[in-house]
Amino acid sequence: MKDTISQNQPVIEAKGLNLVFQTADGPVQALKDVNLTVAKGDFVSFIGPSGCGKTTFLRAIAALEHPTSGTLTVNGMSPDEARRKRAYGYVFQAAGLYPWRTIRGNIKLPLEIMGFSKADQEERVQRVLELVELKGFGKKFPWQLSGGMQQRASIARALAFDADILLMDEPFGALDEIVRDRLNEEVLKLWARTGKTIGFVTHSIPEAVYLSTKIVVMSPRPGRITDVIDSPLPKERPLDIRDSREFIEIAHRVREGLRAGHHED
Amino acid sequence: MNRALPVLTVLLGILAIWYAAAVWMNATWVFDQAERAGTTVTWAEAIPQTMAQERPLLPPPHQVGAELWKGLFGQAVTSKRSLVYHGYVTFKGTMMGFGLGIVAGVLLAMAIVRFRVMDMGLMPWAIISQTIPIVALAPMIITLSSQLGLTARDVPKAIIAAYLSFFPVLVSMVKGLRSPDQMQLDLLKTYGAGEMATFLKLRLPASMPYFFASLKVAVAASLVGTIVGELPTGAIEGLGARMLIGSQFGEPLIMWAALFAAAILAGLLIVVVGVVERLAARRMGVRA
Ligand SMILES: Nc1ncnc2c1ncn2[C@@H]1O[C@H](COP(=O)(O)OP(=O)(O)OP(=O)(O)O)[C@@H](O)[C@H]1O
Ligand SMILES: [Mg+2]
Repeated sequence: MKDTISQNQPVIEAKGLNLVFQTADGPVQALKDVNLTVAKGDFVSFIGPSGCGKTTFLRAIAALEHPTSGTLTVNGMSPDEARRKRAYGYVFQAAGLYPWRTIRGNIKLPLEIMGFSKADQEERVQRVLELVELKGFGKKFPWQLSGGMQQRASIARALAFDADILLMDEPFGALDEIVRDRLNEEVLKLWARTGKTIGFVTHSIPEAVYLSTKIVVMSPRPGRITDVIDSPLPKERPLDIRDSREFIEIAHRVREGLRAGHHED
Repeated sequence: MNRALPVLTVLLGILAIWYAAAVWMNATWVFDQAERAGTTVTWAEAIPQTMAQERPLLPPPHQVGAELWKGLFGQAVTSKRSLVYHGYVTFKGTMMGFGLGIVAGVLLAMAIVRFRVMDMGLMPWAIISQTIPIVALAPMIITLSSQLGLTARDVPKAIIAAYLSFFPVLVSMVKGLRSPDQMQLDLLKTYGAGEMATFLKLRLPASMPYFFASLKVAVAASLVGTIVGELPTGAIEGLGARMLIGSQFGEPLIMWAALFAAAILAGLLIVVVGVVERLAARRMGVRA
C-alpha cells in the first residue's frame, strides 16, 4: 500500500475548492477557489483572521464538511474514502477527552472502534503515551491532569492508530505561552520522529513560522488563500531559531500577507 | 453533629405540633363522652385521655410508634399481621414496577433520540400519560388485567408502578442521550464510528449521570404507584391494603403504622439508590 503511493504524489490536493454554508441568513461562502498541494511529510500551518475558513478547510479534509464544488483528494482518494482507510487523526481545540474514561481508556477509544486486538491496544497506548511524555498517567482521569497534559493526551489519542495525516485545529489555543512553547517543541520532535504530514491551524505568527515547512495565509469574506510560503528554515529547529534573521523575515512576510488580506475588505 | 442539629430541631418541632394537634382533635371525643354521661371534665383531666384512646381521630406519636413497633417486631415476619410481611409485599411490587419502568423509560428514550418521528409522535403521549390521575387509572388497569386472565395481583401492581416510574427515567435519558456535543460526535466520526459504536461508546456513558439522577425520583414514584395499586378493594396484602383496612374498619392506629412503614421503606429505597449512584459515579471517574 505504502509503496504504491509514490513519494511525489500529494497527500492533500485541493483544486478550485468552494464551500458554501446555507444558513438562515442566506448562504455563507466559507471557502472560495482554494488551491493547495501538500506533500508527504509537510508541516502545513493555516493562519488568518477569525472566520476565514481555517477550521472549515481542515474539516473538509477530514470529511466532516463537504465541498460545494471543486475537487479535494487525500492520498489520491476522496476524503470519505480516506477516512475509511484511517488516513488521519484529528485534534480539536478543546482536548475533548471523555470524562468517564481514564487517559488510557481515552486513547483506546479509537482503537476499540477500529477493532484492534486487546494486546495491540495495550501496546499502542504505551507507545503513544511515551511519545507525548505522559508515561505513568494512563490510569488518571482527565480532570486530574492540567490543560496542557490533557491536550497532549488528545494528541496521543489521534496518534494511536497510525494515521499518516495529523490535523490539529488550534490545539494549544487555550494554553499559556510557556506551556505552548514546550508543546510546540514536542510537536516538532514528534513530527521528526514519525514523518507524518501535519495540518495545523493557528492564530499565532511565531507559532506558524516556528513549526511549518509551509505556511498558508488566509483571509476572510469569502475565505480564500492569499499566500503560500515555503519555509527555508532547516528541519532541526531549536527554540532560539526564532531570533534568527530568516525567521523574522518569514514572520514579516506572513504579517504582510495578513494585512493585505485585511485591506481588501 | 453540625448536620444533626437542624434535623433534630425540625423533628422536635414536628413532634410538638403533632402532640398539640392530637390533644386538640381527640379532646372533642372526650368532651362528647362526658356530656353524654352528664359529667364535666376539665382540660387537665381531658389531656391524658387524648393520649390513649383506642380510636383516636389523630393518634399521638407514641401510640403510632408503639403500633409500628408491634407491627414490625411483635410477631413472626411471615404473619399476616406483620408490617415486615406487608412491607415486603409492597417492596416486591415496587421493585418489579421500578425495573419495568426503567426498561420502558430507557427503551422509549432510545427510540425518541434515534428517530425524529418518535420524538414528535411519542413524547406528547408520554407527557399526557402523566396528567391522568393514577387513582382513576389504577382500578381500570386492575380490572383490565383480571379480564385478561391475570389473576395474580403482582402484574397490575407492577404496571401501575411502572406507569409512574418510567416517566422521570424517560425524560432524563432523552436529555442524557442527547448531551454529547458536536465535537464529541465529530471525533467519533473521524474514527469512522457507526451508529452502534456512537451509542455504546458515547451516548450511553454520557447519559449515565442523568440516568442515576432520575432513579431516586423513579423509585419513589414506583412506591407510590405500588401502594395505590394495593388500595382498590380486594387487596389484602401490602402496605396500601393495610392503610385501606385501617381506614375502612376505623382503626386509625393500623393506618398510621402502615403509613410510617411506607415512609421507612421509601427512605431505605432512596438510601440504597443513592449508594448505587455513588458507586457508579466513582467507577466513572467523577471527582470525589
Ligand atoms: N456549520 C456552519 N454553518 C454555517 N456557517 C458556518 C458553519 N461553520 C462555519 N461557518 C461560517 O464559515 C466561515 C468560516 O468559519 P471557520 O470556522 O472555518 O473560520 P475559522 O477561520 O476557523 O475562524 P476561527 O479562527 O475563529 O476559528 C465563518 O463565516 C462561519 O460563520
Ligand atoms: Mg476555527
